[in-house]
Amino acid sequence: MNTELTPGLTRAGTPSSIRLRWNRFWAEIRRDSFCYLFLAPFLICFAVFIVIPVVMAATLGFTSYDGFGSLRFIGFDNYIALFTQDIIFLTKALPNTFLFALIVGPGGYLLAFLFAWLIHQLPIKIRDYYTLAFYAPSMAGAVALSVVWIAAFSGDRVGYLNNFLLQMGWIDNPIVWLQKPEYLLKVMIIVSLWISFSVGFLAMLAGLQTVNRELYEAGRIDGISNRLQEVFFITIPSMKPQMLFSAVMTIVTTLKAGSISTQLTGLPITPQYAGHLVINHIDDYAFIRFELGYASAISVILLLVSYFAMRFAYRLFGSKEEL
Amino acid sequence: MIRRLRRITPFQVILVTVFTALAAFMSLPIVFILNHAFKPTNELFLFPPRFFVQNPTGSNFEQLFLHATNATVPFSRYVFNSVFVVALTLISVIVVSTMAAYVLAKYQFHFKQLILSLITLSLMFAPETVGIPRYLIISGIHLHNTYLGHILPSLASPIAVFMLVGFISQIPGELMEAARIDGASHIGIFTKIVLPLAVPAIATISIFTFQGVWGDVETSTLFMQDETMRTLAFYVNSLLSGLQNSVAGQNVAAAAGLLMFIPNLIIFLLFQRKVLETMIHSGIK
Repeated sequence: MNTELTPGLTRAGTPSSIRLRWNRFWAEIRRDSFCYLFLAPFLICFAVFIVIPVVMAATLGFTSYDGFGSLRFIGFDNYIALFTQDIIFLTKALPNTFLFALIVGPGGYLLAFLFAWLIHQLPIKIRDYYTLAFYAPSMAGAVALSVVWIAAFSGDRVGYLNNFLLQMGWIDNPIVWLQKPEYLLKVMIIVSLWISFSVGFLAMLAGLQTVNRELYEAGRIDGISNRLQEVFFITIPSMKPQMLFSAVMTIVTTLKAGSISTQLTGLPITPQYAGHLVINHIDDYAFIRFELGYASAISVILLLVSYFAMRFAYRLFGSKEEL
Repeated sequence: MIRRLRRITPFQVILVTVFTALAAFMSLPIVFILNHAFKPTNELFLFPPRFFVQNPTGSNFEQLFLHATNATVPFSRYVFNSVFVVALTLISVIVVSTMAAYVLAKYQFHFKQLILSLITLSLMFAPETVGIPRYLIISGIHLHNTYLGHILPSLASPIAVFMLVGFISQIPGELMEAARIDGASHIGIFTKIVLPLAVPAIATISIFTFQGVWGDVETSTLFMQDETMRTLAFYVNSLLSGLQNSVAGQNVAAAAGLLMFIPNLIIFLLFQRKVLETMIHSGIK
């Protein structure tokens, strides 16, 4: 905590006012001491395992560093190279991520809310089973399910999807789903949507249960005529914290997604960069080429993008106004 | 009450039928992995491919377990590590995060906004990108190859705190005010009022903390050089990566995947029931 106290100190004016502020500040700290005590275990771990590593990574973005040699400070060169010279980043990683994030993010979010809401309309006795059916794929985890996707989208006649389409007569020859550039990104999107009913989905379900039922009665008296209006004017405003949490989780998981292409193809770099997302680009530079400085610079850009996406989510569901 | 139920019924009947089909479709991967895990090798090469297993066999699991006993570290050691680490992590994450979230949600103090915005900011950072600095820190404070090295990094769980803050801020402040007037201490308010009322949210964070820690491979790969300190997830993952592109290994891989999935399922069933129960009976609203 002490390191954080100093910046507040230096800003004050005359010596006497410094002392005055300092004393008041300490009195307040002491008054709230139990707050800091409650926070301490979390804050210490948070600082050591998240804040410090992030600061270290951000610093690395301005350097050229290969992991074991010496650090060389090169200023903004990494960022300039990223936006002027890195053709793969500009023509593959960026558009792919944009398309992927646009469909999996808002699309997955809307689907999660729709299904959470529908589950909530079911009789309470059977809700559990449906919750389980939707949540199970994301619960199984990407590692466990990769074997399923590999078998389902296998490129020969034995693949389950190919076999089904051949039997229906919709295709004449088996399609190599996971190696053809025009299909890989689509398969990745479908698979990601399939496992998008995760923590955010559970939070929405929990949030739906906290909505005051009397509000619906009151709404009906005030002239709400259909369920759609109910959802927009009562349900969503009543569960803003959960909607916000879910939005944040969706943004994070969407922008972090990248291992999915590796699991599907078994290759760190997908054929013709068809499924190359920004996070794959980071992995490529960090763990294959060992250009840690450059990789850190890309992750700083990714952090900035997700920050602005987050601002947008806060605009929509900010808990400041009303609950 | 009965009239109200009857009025909803036609809508619910349609909903249940359509929804059942949809739910069945969504759970296809799970059904598939369940069947695949029990398929003998010759059934993998059948044409046309069959979805359901015909002659279920346990030999895939046998192969998993036997394969491990041949290795330097027995299979049971990985299981013990996983169970031990997950149990301790779960308990500490719940206590630590709820304490922090309670204070952040209900009190005003210096640096509160700073801490809150740091937490929301940190939700966005992919742990992969900070893997190397984290490794340097862990080995710097000599936590590598210890159980603390497994547990402490996951205690910094901004997601859990973030969610609990959202939930606890919905608990009416009057309840705590009333308890304070009745002479309850800060710790008393925390254990008697906040913890019981936050149970639904705690159940939810338990589910995904368990999921995260149970399936975590990164900690074992980066921080644990000693094979005896690594967890089941790491072992299963090391099996999977070798088997990924061949049809012949798919059933063993599926068995390994199933092995990872079952505890997730159990913990989810345990806690999800709790979520619903507390939601119905507790007097939050």
